[in-house]
Amino acid sequence: MSSTTAVTDATFQSEVLHHEIPILVDFWAEWCGPCRAVSPILDKIAEENTGKLSIVKMDVDENPETVERYGIVSIPSMLVFDGGQVVKRITGAKPKPVLDADLKEFLA
Amino acid sequence: MRQTIIVGSGPAGYAAAIYAARARLRPLLIASSVDVGGELMKTTDVENFPGFPEGIMGPDLMVKMREQAERFGTEIVHDDVTKLELGGDIKRATLGDGGVHEALTVIYAAGSAYRRLGIDDEVRLSGHGVSWCATCDGAFFRQQTVAVVGGGDSALEEATFLTRFADKVFLVHRRDSLRASAAMQDRARANPKIEFSWNQKVAHVYGDEKVDGIGLVGTDDGAEIRLDVAGLFVAIGSDPRTHLVHGQLHLTAEGTIAVDGRSSRTNLPGVFAAGDVIDPTYKQAITAAGSGTVASLDAEHYLAALAAHSSPAPAPV
Repeated sequence: MSSTTAVTDATFQSEVLHHEIPILVDFWAEWCGPCRAVSPILDKIAEENTGKLSIVKMDVDENPETVERYGIVSIPSMLVFDGGQVVKRITGAKPKPVLDADLKEFLA
Repeated sequence: MRQTIIVGSGPAGYAAAIYAARARLRPLLIASSVDVGGELMKTTDVENFPGFPEGIMGPDLMVKMREQAERFGTEIVHDDVTKLELGGDIKRATLGDGGVHEALTVIYAAGSAYRRLGIDDEVRLSGHGVSWCATCDGAFFRQQTVAVVGGGDSALEEATFLTRFADKVFLVHRRDSLRASAAMQDRARANPKIEFSWNQKVAHVYGDEKVDGIGLVGTDDGAEIRLDVAGLFVAIGSDPRTHLVHGQLHLTAEGTIAVDGRSSRTNLPGVFAAGDVIDPTYKQAITAAGSGTVASLDAEHYLAALAAHSSPAPAPV
């Protein structure tokens, strides 16, 4: 369905918190319709912004630790991390122009 | 130039597409970018759609409708309509990607959007415990207490679904009786995890980082109480998505698109409306599908009449 890399509780620190550029984590689940809808849009945004914003996904069913730590209670939730800190939090599936606008500080 | 453009990908849009495609109208269906499949994509078991005696999952039903529309040649695009120009003989739809599509007819079946409570902090805490999608977010409330606000089928379905995860579900309703179907009511009333809060409306939602409670006000006595809940699921109905046609199509007092009698004909020739956008009352998958069918047949009839008028005039007798 998606070519985006999956991160897990085990790899979160190395792949997300220590990532060198801003990185968006898409918290999703197989059973979530809006997550499936937004997934190809995020793939597209990742493709258009290589080197500026990385995008990875995390399955909320399999990674309870990270889900709990960041207080995820709604999916899709998209958290942008920069230097190990959450710098942006987006909730809900949105059309591409809206997501592009939400993320514009990272895409410039 | 196309024969017809269908806006919307719920039961009305797909039913219209199935009929239009079988009538060789080669419809273009604009499905939206993130709401493809419409409201049923956020439901679980659909038990009242004829033909599925064991029930069917809402998303599965929508995939089947889509496949049936595609089987007969419907072209589907995943984008949002940002502008509709319906006035002339040729109708134009502009998409989010800037593309423009033209057709002789438009079937408008954009459905309805969830209503908000309109209270302070509802938007701020959206995604932090305030939700419009129990099937998306219910699993995050394992062993917690949540509230559902609303009194229709969707509120009761959400409440019942949430008991899979939550220890307790308050069903907050501003009246003392429900609009929901008897089958849905019986199920909810028999569920020991569901507690009804009658004659109450949600006036506040509390929480800094995430929801930790809601404030209720009695609709009869004005008494205020606080419920400690970790989640608030809003299911208070929906409003027709008519913003794209404001100023072009006539609306009814209820805010739906006005159509001529039992037909789908709007005030503009060649523009037909179907599903929740014309229906303030029933709003069922099956009524929307029936309505989409009517729109497709009306569009077909209109196109046939156009073709007859534009063909060379018969020799005088």
